[in-house]
Amino acid sequence: MSSFPKSEPSGKPNIVDGVYNWADERLGLTEVVALATHKQVPQHKHSFWYYWGGISLLCFIVQLLTGVLLLVYYRPGKEAYESVRQITYDVDFGWLIRSAHSWSANLMVFAVFVHMFSVFFMKAYKKPREFGWWTGLGLLGLVMLFGFSGYLLPMDELSYFATKVGLQLPSMLPGVGAIVNNVVRGGPSVGENTVQRFFALHVVVLPLLFMPLLGFHLLLVQKHGNAVPEGEAAKPLSQRRSVPFFPNFFAMDLAMWLIALNVITILATLFPWDLGQPANALASAPIGIHPEWYFMSQFQLLKGMGLVLPGMMGEVVGMGLFTAVLLFWAVIPLFDSETVAGKRARIATWTGYLVVTGMLALTIWGYAAL
Amino acid sequence: MSDSSLPIVNKIDEAAPASRRGLLQLGITLAGACYAGAVGYPVYRYLATPARRAELADSEITTVSIPASGLPGPGTGTIFLFASRPTLLIHHEDGHYTAFDAVCSHLGCTVAFQPDNHRIFCPCHGGVYDMNTGAVVSGPPPRGLKVYHVEVKDANVVVSKV
Repeated sequence: MSSFPKSEPSGKPNIVDGVYNWADERLGLTEVVALATHKQVPQHKHSFWYYWGGISLLCFIVQLLTGVLLLVYYRPGKEAYESVRQITYDVDFGWLIRSAHSWSANLMVFAVFVHMFSVFFMKAYKKPREFGWWTGLGLLGLVMLFGFSGYLLPMDELSYFATKVGLQLPSMLPGVGAIVNNVVRGGPSVGENTVQRFFALHVVVLPLLFMPLLGFHLLLVQKHGNAVPEGEAAKPLSQRRSVPFFPNFFAMDLAMWLIALNVITILATLFPWDLGQPANALASAPIGIHPEWYFMSQFQLLKGMGLVLPGMMGEVVGMGLFTAVLLFWAVIPLFDSETVAGKRARIATWTGYLVVTGMLALTIWGYAAL
Repeated sequence: MSDSSLPIVNKIDEAAPASRRGLLQLGITLAGACYAGAVGYPVYRYLATPARRAELADSEITTVSIPASGLPGPGTGTIFLFASRPTLLIHHEDGHYTAFDAVCSHLGCTVAFQPDNHRIFCPCHGGVYDMNTGAVVSGPPPRGLKVYHVEVKDANVVVSKV
């Protein structure tokens, strides 16, 4: 343990060791290194899914850095569109920073979903990891809010109407309407006031909530380690394999980060994010307007229900169904809590299949119906 | 966690030849430098855009023409912007003009013309410049003020870079 920094045991103490030892005495670095080298990550045929939490984290870091860079030129309120136009077309490499922010946001939502479903099907939400599941769901909710609030900030035609529709839905719920109107939208229609408060939400409130929750989530991962799928857990210890977190898994994680970073860069470079016409309250909604892909399944659920049920009943039933599934999803660790696979475990697994299939089918239907 | 007792696989090969390890380290360092450059360069250019644009715009402006009728009479100094740079135009008692860069060469404060003391003075740290040549008379400035060429054309005072 204590010999870790001295990679050449026979060598003379050098300045690096000196600095390390100085810091170690004060910060206890050796304990951290020991923890990281002793920590084991299980290796099995489903190990690939372990990387998706890390990929989500990388995307968040990219969001943080590109977001700060965008803040340098972005001006909320009246000049929102003009400032994004300047970033996209005037400022050197502004298009790249903005595109990286948008692509990384999309990849982050994707990675978070993959991470969530892999945790779900590995049943990694079971005791003692329930809080990992709940904090994860909280983070997912915040990610969706990040996406929704950030989408409005350029104030172009698409973002304007997407926000208009997005805010219309909750405002139809009894009791919620006035809150949405007065507090979230800041007026009877989407406008400067909405951008200004979405901006505050996007760059201050959400990060303030997100970062401590993320810290807690990571602490729990550290505390409980990686869960193994049931098939793997059933094997005797001698047949189970693992690698040290540091350096082996860490190196693989880093490789995944580089791949994700390359993907973001390639997408941002080859498919730079567009800026539409400025939002115009007098113009009618453009044909084929639709929400971002990660809201598509919910959108199509409401639209589909509207086709079979009269009036607002479709929306009400759709939202009710969505809420019920979400609630079940949240309490799954309590429902499927037995250590031995039983009936409840099978129900949970089949619910998972149903949710994945349902979301994919609704999303595909949504795009096909455009 | 019981996992710590699991057998360890994929241990890093400690016995790898030194040359191979050195090559790998060099490769990783180079790749890291490439990534740092690929990220750092656009970020630098992005942040530096306004400064670079202003510099470019400034370099394109070589002459500023001011209607003489708009200037105060002899024995006064006027600060105007030569592109984005504060510039001091002195209308001397005898009627001729001189113009200097109004940014003190010490720490960048804007200087003032003091007609009563016949000098250009920087209030920040007491730098004193000659009102005819811009040369340092006393105080901390390391060098004199940049001098501009001034001529009166028609009814205009034309200040240009020398």
